[in-house]
Amino acid sequence: MNKETVKKENVKKVKVIKIDVDKCNGCRACEVICSAFHTAPKYSSTNPEKSRIRVLWDPKRDIYVPVIAGEYTEAECNGRDIYTINGKKYDECGFCRASCPSRKLFKDPDSDLPLKCDMCEEEPPLEEPMCVQWCINDALTYEEREEEGKEEEKPGEMETGLEALIKKHGAKTVMDTVSRLAKK
Amino acid sequence: MRFAETGVNLEIDLSRGSIEKEGTDPRLTELHLGGLGTNAKILWDRVPPEVEPFSPDNLLIFSAGLLAGTPAPGANRTIVSTFSPQTLLMAYSVMGGFWAPELKHAGYDKVVVRGKSPNLVYLWINNDKIEIRDASHLQGKGCLETEELIKQELKESKAQIATIGLAGENRVYFASIEQGRSSASRGGIGAVMGDKGLKAIAVRGTKDINVARPAELIELSNEVLKYIQYRKDNPIKGVPPILAGLGSPQEMALHNEEWHTASFSWGNARIRRRDFWNKEIEEQWKEIQDKAVERLISCYNCPMKCGGIITHPKLQRYMMKCYSKLTYTMAAMSDLDFGFKIAGLAQEYGVDGYTTPQVMAFAVELYEAGILTDQDLPGFPSTTEERFFWLLEKIVRREGIGDALADGVYWAARKIGKGAEAYDHNTIKKLEQIPIKLGTMNPIYYLMWSTGEKINITQIEGQIPQAPFATKEEREEFVKDWVQVPNEKFKEFILRWGEPGTSFPNYPTIEATCELVEWQETMHYIDDATGICAGLSSFPIKPAYHIHNLPRVISSATGMDIDEARLWKIAKRNRTLLRAINVRRGLRRTDEKPPEDHWKRRFPEYEAKLLDEYYKFKGWNNEGIPTKETLHELGMDYVGEDLEQRGIYKNGEKQSPEITQDSPKSKKAKA
Repeated sequence: MNKETVKKENVKKVKVIKIDVDKCNGCRACEVICSAFHTAPKYSSTNPEKSRIRVLWDPKRDIYVPVIAGEYTEAECNGRDIYTINGKKYDECGFCRASCPSRKLFKDPDSDLPLKCDMCEEEPPLEEPMCVQWCINDALTYEEREEEGKEEEKPGEMETGLEALIKKHGAKTVMDTVSRLAKK
Repeated sequence: MRFAETGVNLEIDLSRGSIEKEGTDPRLTELHLGGLGTNAKILWDRVPPEVEPFSPDNLLIFSAGLLAGTPAPGANRTIVSTFSPQTLLMAYSVMGGFWAPELKHAGYDKVVVRGKSPNLVYLWINNDKIEIRDASHLQGKGCLETEELIKQELKESKAQIATIGLAGENRVYFASIEQGRSSASRGGIGAVMGDKGLKAIAVRGTKDINVARPAELIELSNEVLKYIQYRKDNPIKGVPPILAGLGSPQEMALHNEEWHTASFSWGNARIRRRDFWNKEIEEQWKEIQDKAVERLISCYNCPMKCGGIITHPKLQRYMMKCYSKLTYTMAAMSDLDFGFKIAGLAQEYGVDGYTTPQVMAFAVELYEAGILTDQDLPGFPSTTEERFFWLLEKIVRREGIGDALADGVYWAARKIGKGAEAYDHNTIKKLEQIPIKLGTMNPIYYLMWSTGEKINITQIEGQIPQAPFATKEEREEFVKDWVQVPNEKFKEFILRWGEPGTSFPNYPTIEATCELVEWQETMHYIDDATGICAGLSSFPIKPAYHIHNLPRVISSATGMDIDEARLWKIAKRNRTLLRAINVRRGLRRTDEKPPEDHWKRRFPEYEAKLLDEYYKFKGWNNEGIPTKETLHELGMDYVGEDLEQRGIYKNGEKQSPEITQDSPKSKKAKA
């Protein structure tokens, strides 16, 4: 997060992607553009598996749920949940946004590192995250509002990744490996 | 690094059980792009004309379009090519959905299947790991059911699966390959898959697809999306609602079916019911449709919602698109509820939604005419609806009369005899056509029906309105933002059309007719190579993709330097190669005609002249055979030499081997 942003005391900006599952047509354009945006050079490749938004869909059950990657968690919950809404049974943990050991979702297929939505933050800021821009059927819409509270320093992508590595291998192993690689 | 494509094909030999990964020659991409173009090249090189469709030497090729999986909206097509048991010519059928991008992400452009497996198997492509797996437990299973069972077995809910149903296993000549919301169903490619003992191909891929000039491609993709949005809010004025928007006809959303029900024929392509549509029917059908269509759905990376999830109390949920909503309804002279009911079952068996209803309506006619009797149809029900269900069960099992009918109208008529041939009135080159019967011969459509290599009008038409605008103001309004025309002269056709003296058959001039046909056909050939959906490109009026932006889309994705002229030439090369493939299998001028009763008022001499001039325009000889000079210009001397060696140029007679129909009774057929 850029520190230049002028912060008002006790006011934080809340960014919301509103998801209307009734409007989702399951095209997965959100996955395509998300994965393309978050690659270097920008847009040089696509890979839904690396997207920070996934449409959990099963046409045979009329399940269309875009889920946006949330926090990485090193341990799974004590139990899992299954929702049934209007007689429709959704997938186990179907609405959960975590990159979690219980499932493959929101992990980079090459490195296994967790993926997390960053709302496409960059300089200058985009009007809307890319997934919202490419969802012209408005299953995804965007809203910003102000709330009382303090603006938090958000960890960057590298920090999230390192944190996950440290949790997995221990800080010492990671530091040793980094210093060894740096010498190369 | 290869851009847009992966540069690797999978070669599967089902007789030997071998799996090979083969790097492809990038020069072929330069010459043919991919998809249909490179499929045709493989078929030309590797399948000699003597090979029968049900021979282990016939290839069944599943190809992702060149741009499938890139950010280009709507680039998601799988092009399936083989030789058709029904037409005996090259069958190519195209499906949307999600399969092609998944294949690309797994690391492959094509799956080329040869040989025959002694037992039913399915193919599991999971990135680098590929397995031929036993499918004996899937024998006889429906398409959606198979998909579900495979996903469970592999514990891979994200796998994309292309599968055949019972009809494909039993080599029904109009069996389809189904893929959830999409299907490749023309020409009996499902029968070839069944003949090879291949029940399904499941794919899962998690690799990157790279593009060469990302910033440019994204900008173009954004423009396409913006235009789609614009057209959603600004339908074309002065044309029926079904032609006013983008996508394949929005059958799952539209309620007004006046256009289809009034202008298409009912029954066995027989009766036009101009006053069928009224307020009462509209309300009735609206209620049925609103109850049945649960959600409008899309293919991969496309905002158009051409498909629908269908629920019906008597059926499991299934997915439908386009005109299959009405093909069964109209063939059975029934209503929409019947259409939804039988289409769900037919898709589960895996049969083509165009051909199947016509075959059944044909059988009903033969029964009513006394050509088929109670002996042929033991226990034949009394209502048409029940009869259709009865026939469907017989056809997909090749049981009793179903065995003959499973070969399609053309072959069935000849097998049944007793005058049944006269009831085969709506086929071209042995393939059933959309049931349209009209008045005066339209020269543009005459050439498209007669000469299209896909033998399907929707795969060649699309860019021009089907009737003149009433006033000069409307015409001027229409051409104002018609940026899709290759050049300004095409606007003249519309600007004058409707003035006195501009009626068919003499309007437009033969020269203009040839140009209009070639333009429309060229755009389809580009789409079938890139895998961009025709619904955004070659099929609707004023599409999002056109000859002026496609070269940039292709160039930025692939890194090749392709301008309009070069793209046009590639499309021409592919189109000419397809013609050569079919010529080598016996296609000649005498086969090139619309259904006999397609128009009431015909002009045989003028039609002959049209064909003469069109062949010349295409660089073909008077038998419709590409000349050696034309092939030379397109860099395909090897094709001309082959045709010459086979004596095909001599007198233009049928020199090539007559390919006979395969043994009709499938040994694999089971009750």
